[in-house]
Amino acid sequence: MSNNIIEVKNLVKKFNNITAVDNISFSVKEGEIFGFLGPNGAGKTTTINIICTLLSLNSGDVTLCGYNVLKDKNKIRNCIGLVFQDPSLDDRLTAMENLNFHSLLYNVPRKLIKKRCEEVLETVDLTNRKNDLVRTFSGGMRRRLEIARGLIHYPKILFLDEPTIGLDPQTRHKIWDYIIKLKKNQNITIFLTTHYIEESEICNRIAIIDRGKIIAFDTPEALKDMVGMDIIIISSKDNNKLKFYIEKKLNKKVEIHEDDNIKFEVKNSSNFIPDFIKNCPVKITSINARKSTLNDVFLNLTGREIREEYMNAKDNFKLKMRFRTRM
Amino acid sequence: MKELAGIYIIWLRDVKKFFRDKPRIIGSLAQPAIFLFILGSGLAISFQVFGGGGGKDYLEFMFPGIIGMTILFTSFFSAMSIIWDREFGFLKEVLVSPLSRASIVIGKNLGGSTVAMIQGSIILIFSPILKIPITVVSILKLLPIMFLTAMVISSLGITLAARLKTMQGFQVLTNFILMPMFFLSGALFPLVDLPKWMAYLVIINPLSYGIDAMRTVMLGNSYPQLHPLYINVIVLSAIIIVITFIGILLFNKQE
Repeated sequence: MSNNIIEVKNLVKKFNNITAVDNISFSVKEGEIFGFLGPNGAGKTTTINIICTLLSLNSGDVTLCGYNVLKDKNKIRNCIGLVFQDPSLDDRLTAMENLNFHSLLYNVPRKLIKKRCEEVLETVDLTNRKNDLVRTFSGGMRRRLEIARGLIHYPKILFLDEPTIGLDPQTRHKIWDYIIKLKKNQNITIFLTTHYIEESEICNRIAIIDRGKIIAFDTPEALKDMVGMDIIIISSKDNNKLKFYIEKKLNKKVEIHEDDNIKFEVKNSSNFIPDFIKNCPVKITSINARKSTLNDVFLNLTGREIREEYMNAKDNFKLKMRFRTRM
Repeated sequence: MKELAGIYIIWLRDVKKFFRDKPRIIGSLAQPAIFLFILGSGLAISFQVFGGGGGKDYLEFMFPGIIGMTILFTSFFSAMSIIWDREFGFLKEVLVSPLSRASIVIGKNLGGSTVAMIQGSIILIFSPILKIPITVVSILKLLPIMFLTAMVISSLGITLAARLKTMQGFQVLTNFILMPMFFLSGALFPLVDLPKWMAYLVIINPLSYGIDAMRTVMLGNSYPQLHPLYINVIVLSAIIIVITFIGILLFNKQE
């Protein structure tokens, strides 16, 4: 019980008449990587902002490191590090100056500032750029600098709100490497949000959030087990015969997929395929197996996919601004 | 102690960025130069044409006013940088820190005021060209007055910025607050024998106290004074305290 570092009970947040966060409860254990997965506008950032004392709440109870979010704002602010969804560096200052600014805001002892700055810059591989203006940094470098900045005051919890949004796949990959490395080296709790499904798989536990509600909450493996099935797509010389065979002999529900592919689900594709090929009466031209992903989980729970189409005009604009400022 | 460190670093950021932006320093000399050399010289001639005293006197009269104008614009724009910080996300970084809202407001005010004071002092390089008498002593007296005036405008700007979410309202503020403040400040013409409604506006215009004080310490009492120096200083200080207090309240209330 006592190792819950964040506890959220029955949290509700409304903006005028729109309920952004609708009575959610969850807890985060000390030292884990906890993830919020959901489409844009699901209420992820709103929840983070409330936990981080940046937004007020309508009702509910939020405690963090034992402090109440309404009563002990400053104590909470002292023990969290935050990487916002939107960039928040001063790009007319150098990397070092940004870190120094942060250190003084967070009351890091003067003697330690230089050492800590060097240390976090080392962690994110930016030591050789420390005296360059942030304007000259690429998007990925800025993101890494923001993560470094969030670590200077040795927070107990690091919040990462969409840490890889708007970055290219290679840089995204790198950012996740840093986060995993970080987790290994320091016993820090990490709370992240993302709408990239594959990225949320590094989490110890995930809450899937949609339209302000938590619709599933478990480990990534358990969530995937919920869907449980691997998907097999095959095509053959004679699809009708094949379909008949699978339906009658193997007792599986089959759907004819686009391009005349046959799609069905099995429990464990790696065991199933060798036997299937050996016994199949029809000549198979292609076979394709796919493990279930969290996207299938989301699809299963909501009937929709987590995709960019939920991005509204404002998000779109923000994204554009990001690219512009990150040029 | 920890609050002081926060105030210091917020102040330092503004000052550093000011010195780093050399084009801005030079560019912002253009406006006062145009006012002094073109408008000032032109008006000085017209005063000779329409009768009255010497033309040089008008330039001398106008000079502290132009310093005041520079301070007005510089400190107001500095305060408005809060809106940029909000738009570009940097403000969040400050707001989520354990630093109190009061220290944020004070640090920002001191930063903007320092920058404005420096910018205002740069105007003094025009004084030999215009043959305006200044001494080391008058400069030393002028600096704190400039700083006080800048603080008034900064606190006003910061308080407005607490409520302004985007830069869009900015143009409106410039037209409806900055320009009237400038014209009713005594920068360009003496504030004597004014129509009643204008006289009232002058009373509530904080800049009029600042420019009156600057003119007094630079030129003594050779031009009409609105108030004695100590009254100006007291009024300016009082306005700073009141508006800063409102600004802190607004920042505290903000989500």
